[in-house]
Amino acid sequence: MKIHEYQAKKLFKKYGIPIPDGDVASTVDGAKQIANKLSGFPVVLKAQIHAGGRGKGGGVKLATSMDEAVQFADQIIGMTLVTDQTGPGGQKVKKILVEKGLNISEELYLGITLDRSNAKIVVMASKAGGMDIETVAEESPAKIIKVYINPLLGILPFHCRNIAFGLQLPLSVMKSFYEILTNLYRLFVDYDCSLLEINPLVITKEETMMALDAKINFDDNALFRHQEIVDYRDLDEEDPLEVEASKHNLNYINLDGNVGNMVNGAGLAMATMDIIKLAGAEPANFLDVGGGANEEMVEIGLKIILSDKNVKGILINIFGGILRCDVLAKGVVEAARKTDINVPVVVRMEGTNVDEGRRILSESRFNLTTAVDLKDAAQRVAKLATKDSD
Amino acid sequence: MSIFVDKNTRLLVQGITGREGQFHTRQCVAYGTRVIAGVTPGKGGQKMDNIPVFHTVKAAVDQTGANCSMIFVPPPFAADAIMEAADAKINLIVAITEGIPVLDMMRVKNDLAGKPSRLIGPNCPGIITPGECKVGIMPSPIHQPGGPIGVVSRSGTLTYEVVHQLSREGIGQTTCIGIGGDPICGTNFIECLDAFEKDPETSGIVLVGEIGGTSEEEASEFIAQNMTKPVVGFIAGLTAPPGRRMGHAGAIISGRSGTATGKIAVMKKSGIHVCEDLGGFGRFCTTVFKDA
Repeated sequence: MKIHEYQAKKLFKKYGIPIPDGDVASTVDGAKQIANKLSGFPVVLKAQIHAGGRGKGGGVKLATSMDEAVQFADQIIGMTLVTDQTGPGGQKVKKILVEKGLNISEELYLGITLDRSNAKIVVMASKAGGMDIETVAEESPAKIIKVYINPLLGILPFHCRNIAFGLQLPLSVMKSFYEILTNLYRLFVDYDCSLLEINPLVITKEETMMALDAKINFDDNALFRHQEIVDYRDLDEEDPLEVEASKHNLNYINLDGNVGNMVNGAGLAMATMDIIKLAGAEPANFLDVGGGANEEMVEIGLKIILSDKNVKGILINIFGGILRCDVLAKGVVEAARKTDINVPVVVRMEGTNVDEGRRILSESRFNLTTAVDLKDAAQRVAKLATKDSD
Repeated sequence: MSIFVDKNTRLLVQGITGREGQFHTRQCVAYGTRVIAGVTPGKGGQKMDNIPVFHTVKAAVDQTGANCSMIFVPPPFAADAIMEAADAKINLIVAITEGIPVLDMMRVKNDLAGKPSRLIGPNCPGIITPGECKVGIMPSPIHQPGGPIGVVSRSGTLTYEVVHQLSREGIGQTTCIGIGGDPICGTNFIECLDAFEKDPETSGIVLVGEIGGTSEEEASEFIAQNMTKPVVGFIAGLTAPPGRRMGHAGAIISGRSGTATGKIAVMKKSGIHVCEDLGGFGRFCTTVFKDA
């Protein structure tokens, strides 16, 4: 799960990680009041959306007077911000963060994430702050310092020293850097983060350190023990169909293609998307109904797929294990009865109670095509979907 | 022969009295697995069917000599259950549970590092040696006993699909292992490949991977340097968008790393026979494994 910069900075504040003075507003007037309270200019106005690349897209502005601040706030609030990460549709800006401008002497990168192969927590730091860290990692990996931490031991003083001296930090900021890093690590572990980034972490001309930006992603599996974070969820940042699906414990991701699909199991669902593409069509979604799906979930899944107007055909691919084929078939027939399915549906079933499932489908009066195997299913649905669009 | 589980496996089920635990325990018993104990704290002394239930894993091991545990404990308590099994010196721990916090699993992985127990999973379908022993939730009838092919996969139903196609072509399996779809898993591809390479009954291996992480790349390097047996590979997620978690917690393309295209390229370079059309997987295997 992702949160906004201003929310991440609230957590930073709670953990004693220094951030610039400022606050968040959702109106121009609110932004003006915050700018008033900050002693003097410049102030920085930052659009609050989850996607990165806000600066390049025109979502971050430096104002040197109140007139400018008001003008920029008016531009940013309500704008549809398009960045490298939002997709072409962009994201509507509802909130703006107004902060005091700083005298920056140096920009650093500091991040914490999980290293899957080593099962360790990894701290990454670089003098190339303010840049896209992936580009730095690719072009000059030597510029990134990495320290691996055993989660059973936690962060140790030598970890901090290796990073601080690796960054060649001036001695005047050493103490505050150790505090920032240790507190950041505590925050990471306390809240089950999956990624925590300060880019840039700045050294000011006054020789203080401050987190100019804040990005935190959380492990979805651990949200059950962090209600505080769940409350930060911003549904406006999510696809409405995906929000609807998540209410019913369905794992759905909306994509741009024309063939909808419903599968049990994530791996098979991805492979089904791939085979739709191989057959000459494009997948319209990812939908894993899970191993324990019941008739109702199958029905809701179909309804969600059908509410995507790009869908010209549907492929249902179920390998019956725990989810029996007869249960699936009943769900499909029930959905067909209640909803107006106006696109061709191809069903491919295998596994537990497959004969009973096929019988239920063939005895229904709905236009449901049964496929013999996966290849046959993908080819049939691709053909039906393309024919329909002609 | 087989790897990790066989006729001598003495299975204990943690979470045996829950809905899933009961259902799958019965399925394993029906397959012929020797299920000798169950553990549910607070329900010690009871029986599930004819299987004695204990409060703790330690008590169950002391009294029954269980050497393998299958875990159906819910996510908030699963890491604790795995470490309890390891502490009781269970040889093989198979964690079926989906949704365990990643940091919990990191602690488990580091705790297990100095111990002899092997963990398979979590978030996996388990392990089966067809005809001998099933420790998991996979549908039994799709498997064909007798080998000669070993299967290792990060997925559940996708593995069923692959195994089904193998059996349909008359290709049997020695052992099929689901290592799990989470970012941190107990046993990785390399450990399974190494065991299959050393198993005299296994003459070829099927490796099923997906987007996210670098375990397929690491496996490829191992295969190029250490394996003499042919390996068929499949990667799911060619059409997956970057930055989205595709059902499995571990199936996510982070920035430019973890893509299917990248993995397939590395696998091919390492001599793995990569099948790119799941619909024709069985037939593809008959060609590659014809001399195996």
